[in-house]
Order: sequence, then C-alpha cells, then structure tokens
Amino acid sequence: MAKSHVTTTVNGDEYEFLCDTEQTLLDILRDELLLTGTKEGCATGDCGACSVMLDGCLVCACLVLGVEAAGKSIETVEGLAHGDELHPLQQKFLEHNGAQCGICTPGMLIAAKALLEVEPDPSETEIRYWLAGNLCRCTGYDKIIRAVMAAAEEMREVRS
Amino acid sequence: MTITQDDLRYDPDRKLKVVGTTPIKPDGVDKVTGRAKFGADVHLPGMLVGKVLRSPYAHAIIESIDTSAAEALAGVKAVVTRDDFPELPPGEFRNISCNFMAREKAFYDGHAVAAVAATSERIAKKALKLIVVDYQVLPHVIDVMDAIKPDAPILFEDMVTQGMDPARGGPTNIVQRKEFTMGDADAGFAEADIIVERVFDTKPMHQGYIEPQACVANYTEDGQTELWCCTQGHFIYRTRLAAVLKMDISKIRVTQSELGGGFGGKTMFYIEPVAIALSRKANRPVKITLTRNEVLRATGPVAGTHSRIKMGMTKDGKFTAAEAELYFQTGPFTGSAFVNAPQAMFTRYDLQNIRAVGYEVVSNRPKVNAFRAPCVPQVVFGVEGVIDELAKKIGMDPIDLRLRNAAVEGYETIYGATFGPVGFVETLEAAKAHPHYTAPLGANQGRGVATGFWFNRGGETTASLNITPDGTVTLLLGNPDVAGSRVSICMMVAEELGIGVDKVRPIIGDTSTLGFNRVTAGSRVTFSAGIAVVLSARKAIKILCQRAAMMWDVPEDGVVFEDGHVRPASSNVGDFEPLSIADIAKKATETGGPIAGHAEIVAEGAGPGFGCHIVDVEVDKETGAVKIVRYTVVQDAGKAIHPHQVEGQYQGAAAQGIGWALNEEYIYDQDGRMENAGFLDYRIPVASDLPMIDTVIIEVPNPLHPYGLRGVGEVPLVPTMAAIANAIDDAIGIRPRSLPMSPPKVLKLIEEAAEGRDRA
Ligand code: FES
Ligand code: FES
Repeated sequence: MAKSHVTTTVNGDEYEFLCDTEQTLLDILRDELLLTGTKEGCATGDCGACSVMLDGCLVCACLVLGVEAAGKSIETVEGLAHGDELHPLQQKFLEHNGAQCGICTPGMLIAAKALLEVEPDPSETEIRYWLAGNLCRCTGYDKIIRAVMAAAEEMREVRS
Repeated sequence: MTITQDDLRYDPDRKLKVVGTTPIKPDGVDKVTGRAKFGADVHLPGMLVGKVLRSPYAHAIIESIDTSAAEALAGVKAVVTRDDFPELPPGEFRNISCNFMAREKAFYDGHAVAAVAATSERIAKKALKLIVVDYQVLPHVIDVMDAIKPDAPILFEDMVTQGMDPARGGPTNIVQRKEFTMGDADAGFAEADIIVERVFDTKPMHQGYIEPQACVANYTEDGQTELWCCTQGHFIYRTRLAAVLKMDISKIRVTQSELGGGFGGKTMFYIEPVAIALSRKANRPVKITLTRNEVLRATGPVAGTHSRIKMGMTKDGKFTAAEAELYFQTGPFTGSAFVNAPQAMFTRYDLQNIRAVGYEVVSNRPKVNAFRAPCVPQVVFGVEGVIDELAKKIGMDPIDLRLRNAAVEGYETIYGATFGPVGFVETLEAAKAHPHYTAPLGANQGRGVATGFWFNRGGETTASLNITPDGTVTLLLGNPDVAGSRVSICMMVAEELGIGVDKVRPIIGDTSTLGFNRVTAGSRVTFSAGIAVVLSARKAIKILCQRAAMMWDVPEDGVVFEDGHVRPASSNVGDFEPLSIADIAKKATETGGPIAGHAEIVAEGAGPGFGCHIVDVEVDKETGAVKIVRYTVVQDAGKAIHPHQVEGQYQGAAAQGIGWALNEEYIYDQDGRMENAGFLDYRIPVASDLPMIDTVIIEVPNPLHPYGLRGVGEVPLVPTMAAIANAIDDAIGIRPRSLPMSPPKVLKLIEEAAEGRDRA
C-alpha cells in the first residue's frame, strides 16, 4: 500500500516523512526521525513512556497514528531544554535523583510539564493522580514527586 | 610492594569529603534530555527488523515447522528455527538454548519457535503468519502444587529428581531437592513452649522493568559478532552466547546500552542469540525489540511458591527451632536459584536448630529469572508471618521479639559463614524508635513490621583508571549501572584522589575492553567495583608519588600523597611546593609515560545486609481493597556513598513489593495461556497507589570494604509482603497467607473474620 507523505513540526523544526497507515507517531519519532528520546514501554497506552505533546495536548505517542501528526506541532523530551539551559523539571529530576534507570523519565518530564502548565501549584495528590498513567518501576515515585514539587515551586518563584 | 584487596580495609578515622554527599550523577543529564541510549535506541545502516513466532500452546510437541512461504515473501531476508542452533549436551547451556528457541516441545504459551528478519516490521509480522507449525497439543500444568501431584502432566519423561537419596526416578516434575540443616530441629521443637506452623502461597510475578528487551546483532562474514543490548551482564551474555552458538568468546563483542530496569530479569538473554543467528543468515544487522506482551509471556517471571513454615519458641520469647518445606516453580527449566531461600529465610535470628528443605518444580510457564534476592522474599512472607503470630501469642511487641532473637557478630549461619559486625540490632532499634512506629492509627487501619536479610555478593570485577594530561580522570568500568552505581563508584575515586567528582568521567566498557566482570546482581556492584576502583586509584597514587619523587630527585619514600597533592614526607626531604595530580600528569611523558591504575579482582568480604519495614494499611471493608497509608524502610547500608541512590533502592524495592503484595500475578486461562499479558491487566503500582516512602539509612560499617559499604539493592524487597500481611492482620484480625492480597481475597478473609472462623 502506498505510504502517506506527512509534514509535521517537532520541537519547532519542520519534518517530512513517509508513513505506513499502521505506523504510530511513536514509530515515526523513533524509527523514522530517529528521535529516540521518547520511549516505548508497552505500545498500548498503559505506561506513559511515550508521552509527548501534540498541539498542546498530552498524548501517548503509541496511540496516535503517524498520519495524524500532519500539520500538527509535537513536543518531545528533546525539546525541553533551551540551549544549554535545562528546563526546571529536568534540573530538579537531576537534583532529586528522580531518574533512576531513566527509561520512564522522558515521559514523566513531558507529563509533568503538561501538569504545571494547567496547575502551577499542584498538591502531592494532584501530582500523583496526574502521573498515574506514567509507570516507573525503579523509584517508588517518591523522588519523582519531590522533583516535580520542587520544579513547580521554582517556576512559581520565577514567574512572580 | 604491590597493593592488593587485603590492604583496603575500612578506616573509621578517615575524614570524608566526597563520600556521603549527593552530587548529580554523571549519567543524569543524558537521562533527562533523552540522549541516553537504551536497548531499543541503536540504529545501524541496513538494519533489518527481527520478529519471533511464539507457541500459542502451554505444552505441545512440535511435529514440524514449514518456513517456505515466509522465506518466499519479498523483503524477508532470513528465517530461523530450532534447526539453526547447535545441539548441546544436557546442562545449563542446553536449557538456555531450549528456552530461547523451542526444540522437540514448546513448554509454555509464548515459547519461541521461529524467527524472521525482514526489511520492515510490517513484512516481518506478515512473514510470521506464513510459518506453519504443526503442534501436537499435550496436557499442561501451571501451578507448582498441581505439578507434583501423582497424575500431573509430565514435562520431561526422563527427569530424575536430584538430591533425593536414593535418587527418585520415574515420571516427576521435581527437578531437585536441597536440604539445609543446623543443630537439631526436633530437639529444638521439644524445648519449645509454643509452636506455630502455617502454610503460605505466593504467585509468580514479573520484574516489571519498563524497558522491553531489545538488541541489535551484527554478524560479519569473517565470523565476528557485534551485539548491542540491554543487559545486567554483558560479559556473562558473551560467555553464554559463545556456548549456545559454539563460537569463540573473543569473536563476540557485547556493548551494553543504558539499562531501562532489570531487577534480575536482564541477567539472562532471550532474543540475543536469535538476532545473531538471523544476522548470520541475512548478512545484515538485525534488531529485535520485544513487545510488552512478549515480555510478560516469555521473560521473567519470578518463582511462585508453596511453603510450610514452623517455628518454636519458649514462653519468654526465645526461638528454639525452625523448619521449612518449600516448593518453587521454575518454569520448564531449572535455574530458579531456590537454594538461596533455605539459606537466607531464617538468617538474622539467633537460631541454632533449623531444618529447611527446598524443591524445585517444573511446569508450563516461562522459565523463571532472578528478581531482587531471588526466591527469598516469597518465603520470608511466611517466616515473618509466623513470627508475628508468635509475638501475638505471648503478647510481646513484634520488634522486641525480633530484638530478643536478633543474631549478632559471631553468629554461625546455616550456610557456614560467621557474621562479622552486622547491623540487625541497630536496624531494629532504629525502627522501634521511629515516630512511625508509635503514630496513632485511624479507623480500619493496621500496622505491620517485618525484617529481611540478604548475603550480598562480590565476585569478578575489573576497572581501569587513567589520569589524563590535565589531571582529570577517565574510568573504565565493566558492570552495567542498573540504578546509580556509576556515581557512587566515581565518588570513591574522587575521595581517593582528592579531586572533585566532576573530574572523574566513567564509561562502561564493552566486553572487549576489560577482563570478565560478573553480572550486576546480588547487590554486588557498588561494593565490588568500589574495591576495584580504590585499588586502581591507590596504584595510580603510588605512581604519582614515584613521579613526584623523580621530579624532585628525592627517594620515593620521601613523599606522601594527601588531599590530591604529593608533598614531601617531612621537612628533611626538602622544601618543595606540593604537586597536584595535574602538575605531575603534565610531566608524565618526561617521567615515564602515562599514569594509570587498574584492577582485576575477585571481590571478597561483602557484608550481609538487614532491613526492617514498617507499614500502615487501610482496608476498605466493603471491597477488600488495601491502601498503603504510610511506609518506612530502615536498612543497614554499611556506608551510604551517595545517600539518594541508597534511598532510591529502598523506595523502589518497597514499591515493587507493594505491587507483589497487593496486585501482581499471572492469570492463566484453562488452556494455560496468560490472560493478563499487558500493563493494563498486569497492574504494577502507579504513583497514586503509593505514599511517600520514608527511609532510614543505618550505617554499621563493613570492615572489609575501604568505605565500609554493604550492598543495598536486594534487602529492601525481602520484608515487604510480610510487613503488609502483618498490617492487614492488624487491621482486620485475620492473617492473609496467600499472595497477592487482592481485594476479592481480602474481602473473603473479612467475611471469615466476621463469622469468627479461624483459618488456622
Ligand atoms: S508506550 Fe505508549 S503508553 Fe506505553
Ligand atoms: S527510573 Fe526506571 S522506570 Fe522510572
């Protein structure tokens, strides 16, 4: 079957690719664009390792078809830092050891950023429920939650 | 005089600058920016996609495999089956081989029977559908206790139970029996005033790493193989690959990627030899990435168990004897490491009379793999439950009872070693003093405690340390960093050399760069590599001193190394400005060449670890759902090199144990097919299931390590399920003795309690 020609924007850069109908956005990011920062843990929407922003919405890239990315704007972990300045979430994950093995980290960071965009001052419980779709097997979540709380605090301070 | 491991003893008076702090780890930035390369992140030019065909039957004879239609499909470059792998004599390697590719029989749902390599995933999947396998389906058996029934379906007609005297022949699924004894258990029970004997069951669960196994193999025409994969032990993979593929070890070069979690589950390979065989046939690189479904159906799991545990005690709370009969499910092949259990389950108590017998049993489930303290948490679930019951019988505080019986330095263990300085008493005392232990409980809440032990391991370890011309350091290590060992190892180097930890840059070398390193497992790496790098650093320091002496033209014993500088040992030697490492490194060419230190050792002296967990649960009496309200882990780390890394181990293991305790299990249908092979139905704990997990790091130094450390990765899983069961008992007045303690099971217990029935 003929492939579809898709133009999309990833982290501010325009990309073009050819896409089989059944290829997911995750397949495209990882295998075609070689943006392997976004991870696959399940490919069924159950682990959150593939979390990306699609036109400002938090989605599992494994549940989005590649062709659906046409004309859209995608944000991945590779786009979080600005120049040599890490995003506060990245910095706090480092300081709090929020990344143990690190496989869940890209998805956690993207999901946490989406949370802080809608709720700059989340409670611990809100963070836990927001991140409930992002599985981590290493940390017991403790240091991840603390890192998100610390980043939220710092971002609030910068804003005020 | 050469420096050896024996010269590196713990020095209590040493002032520490780096060890004990919490610098950002060297692999941190790559992990938060998406740069870190994990197993599935390797792409080679011309790479093919490999896919594995798996048995849909739990137990079946494979009559024939017809691959001709798959081979004829455009885009298919290679197909492999059992015919592409050498036959091996009975033993470990044959078992490994028969597990990654089925031979006469498929032994479980998900067992690999063929594989293809094609130019795209779509074609590879299509090709799998074209492979025709003729199965003769056989009766199957899943549960460990069903498998030992006289009429159970038999997996291997020729199996003889090892360790029976006389050897038991005839049809059996029992692979082996191992008995461990000390003292006289019968005499011990005769002295007891109170005896409690109970039966416990645990279910297989999965290690649950988020990164599915993935590898890229590149076999070249001259018979060399390069392999990139996510593994806890690239050296042991290489050894086993050479054996199962009948290749020279030196012709296989394994590069380990960053590891997206393993917990024991990536100590054994599944897809790597298949990818190599496909690459050999296709003459192109081949990548295989498992799906989550495949991970759950064909890798791991952790052994399920059935155990009978009996303990005797005097009425004033002194344990007199312990006995255990343990059955371990191992999948179709031996390798459960069940012998850990009888040796570790009671070890931490001052028991003199023990009899513990373990049986390893085959059944039609995936071959089990290691998981933190392999086979020990399952049976400690029972031991600590029995102890809780004993404490209740005499009205003693459960921590006091454990303190009354705690083993101390000088205790001779069932496995023959004698305890050196150990921190069990300190751990228990800290747990007792923790505010959590006396905090008020709410309605429907209960509190439980339990303890655990792990031997900790050492073993073959290598390291190579190079001082660069500007005095900074590169460090070549041989063990995959499964969760923060790299930073701790660099910190020990920085401490030795008196430089900042950011001046030490580590890499994990591939298998061609260093001598053999034992797999990252058993809580061995920070301990063992710590010794290897301290040895390397001290060798380098010796050279630095020689060079400085040469530069000053003074005798070698006239200089000392302190705080990152070589100084004259006394004013008699002369008046010289101290030389930094950089000063000496700059002149290395004139003074004899590059400066380095390396070590190839068998690390010895791992100090055992002990932990005590306190947990509060809240039981929903209408649904049977159990919520973890508060959790505290207290554990002896010997010395926490990087406290955040140690805490992370405690917290992560406790969370895994909570999953095992409350949710995680394999569910099979009547045909022996796994019904919950995905993260939706195989539910590991999510953030909203858990509270913060408090930690207390106890530091009773291990005298046989230069910084006093003990491994910490295994112990914090050991007590978890028992602590939770004890807490549920406290909340509802009846003790769960079967895992997982899922809502329907707990609800049933609540109903039984209401009817006043005692399950015992
Ligand atoms: S890979 Fe998309 S949710 Fe798991
Ligand atoms: S850090 Fe390993 S899965 Fe989260």
